[in-house]
Amino acid sequence: MTKAKTKYIPVPSRAILPERDIARDPVLECVNLGITLGGIKAVDDFNLTIGRTEIAGLIGPNGAGKTTVFNLLTKVYQPTTGTILLNGRDTHGMDTRQVNKAGIARTFQNIRLFKNLSVADNVKVAMNNEMRYNMLSAILRLPNYKREEIAAHRRALKLLSIFDMQNMADVPAGSLPYGAQRRLEIVRALATNPTLLLLDEPAAGMNPSETAELLDSIRKVHEMFQIAIILIEHDMSLVMNICDGICVLNFGQIIAKGTPDEIQNNPAVIEAYLGRKKEG
Amino acid sequence: MTMRRLINLKRVEARRIYLTYAVVIVAYAVCQVMSSTKFLSSSMRGMLVPICAYMVMAVSLNLVVGVLGELSLGHAGFMSVGAFSGVAAAIIMQKTITYAPLRLAVAMIIAAIFAAIAGFLIGIPVLRLKGDYLAIVTLAFGEIIKSVLNNFYLGMDSGGLHFSMLTDTTRLLKGGRLIIRGPMGISGIQKIATFPAGFILLMISLMIVFNLVNSRSGRAFMAIRDDRIAAESIGLDITKYKMMAFVMSAALAGAAGALFAMNYSTIVANKFDFNTSILILVFVVLGGQGNMLGSIIAAAALTILPEKLRQFSEYRMLLYAVILIVTMLATNNAEIKEFLGRLNPFRRKEEAE
Repeated sequence: MTKAKTKYIPVPSRAILPERDIARDPVLECVNLGITLGGIKAVDDFNLTIGRTEIAGLIGPNGAGKTTVFNLLTKVYQPTTGTILLNGRDTHGMDTRQVNKAGIARTFQNIRLFKNLSVADNVKVAMNNEMRYNMLSAILRLPNYKREEIAAHRRALKLLSIFDMQNMADVPAGSLPYGAQRRLEIVRALATNPTLLLLDEPAAGMNPSETAELLDSIRKVHEMFQIAIILIEHDMSLVMNICDGICVLNFGQIIAKGTPDEIQNNPAVIEAYLGRKKEG
Repeated sequence: MTMRRLINLKRVEARRIYLTYAVVIVAYAVCQVMSSTKFLSSSMRGMLVPICAYMVMAVSLNLVVGVLGELSLGHAGFMSVGAFSGVAAAIIMQKTITYAPLRLAVAMIIAAIFAAIAGFLIGIPVLRLKGDYLAIVTLAFGEIIKSVLNNFYLGMDSGGLHFSMLTDTTRLLKGGRLIIRGPMGISGIQKIATFPAGFILLMISLMIVFNLVNSRSGRAFMAIRDDRIAAESIGLDITKYKMMAFVMSAALAGAAGALFAMNYSTIVANKFDFNTSILILVFVVLGGQGNMLGSIIAAAALTILPEKLRQFSEYRMLLYAVILIVTMLATNNAEIKEFLGRLNPFRRKEEAE
């Protein structure tokens, strides 16, 4: 496979940034991003700029390419065209692991926890890259092993306490109730110190009260960590409530971008979701 | 939901680790007493060291199969690398290190290093693969190691070490000794492997594996096993951790191989064939993947069993197979597990809490 050489092409900014982020560099810039999967342009000409502390929504009908965008951002797929700039750095040639180190953490549409590991270990394993002790210290239980493990455990409990899950620390992750598993996935993502958090349908399968709880949690995370969040979501009340900016995707292309109010009244969006009104 | 009903993993794991150490120590003490009071038959006494070696093999393979979640079918290959390099080292050092236990220890360390190098080299191509493909390629490498050692000649004379492949072209000076003789293997080995040495090796292996599993590396191994995609998404270097587990497992297998070989006067490469790899895998599967105590018990039971079945002469292997199948079925039966769980005094106490 010949990888298309990507480079940053300056284009007139079509970005919509929340006012508080205008003065700061954006956390993410996608320019002309696209991927062809099996001859189909799954995502095409995707331009998006995310502000430093923006909460952005990525919506669209099923099969519009929303998760594909996440997979492009996290380099599960390598884009065929376009550039992704993360914190001003081109992510060209990086793999999933390196992109995570550069600052993107994500959750998955179908929960992907380490089911046999305890809740605390699920969080601690995400801190692996900031831990320094080597295999020998681990085997011989040297002082730096103990020091770092204790510090990691404390931090894991602190992160878990955001969602009030610290008392479940020693329970296997697979035995948690559904909502708690979703929350744990967010905690695990946060443990990698991201600057951009990608949430893939965080409210899927939740009832209205759980969704309301989730909304509070996302706000809380956003406030505490001051990071940018992109979320894919079908629950419109959640999206309209929480997002600063919304990007609507249909057939792999952006059909609208704007504030929640603008999106709600955009005819192209209404058409994509509800179909065209019959003439006559 | 009440948290009390959920399993407390940390407590369960800690208990399992202490139980494993305790069982090994008690079993060692009992065997020592029995063998010094002549309660053990001489054939059983002769099996103590191989059992220890197989236990270490099972524990080390469990690190790859149970903890890392990759099927390896060539584990006997690393055992043979360890056996040959360890024994050769012991023979070379015969004059320089006269104290046998020290020589054994040094030989086992050398064996572990050689096996680790073999594990690293094989790991480079193998660990790029996943699942079944990885298993098949490890099988192939196990056979390759066997073939290489079958055609390897190593000799020592006053001029130093000489080696050759396929045919013996070492042309040793007078007074030199051909140590590894191709398909004839190594003969005239001093039997310096002892039961206490085996016990110490097993304890060290357990310590290494348990401490590794309960560290950041171990968490990474298990995360890769549980969900590779998620493990990548949180920034884990999959290849690095797979390699780490694979090399560590190979090194322990190498040390076990050296221990095993120095219990016999002759050792040939054909001893460490595919059947041996499968036998070790059976220990792991029967004992439970990720369950070190299970591996140890299975290794002991399945090594003693064929000996105990000798009285049934030609039906021996048939009975062996039947017992194996019944045990596999029984240990995976939910009702029997539940029944055994009810007998467990610890669990009852926990429920009452």
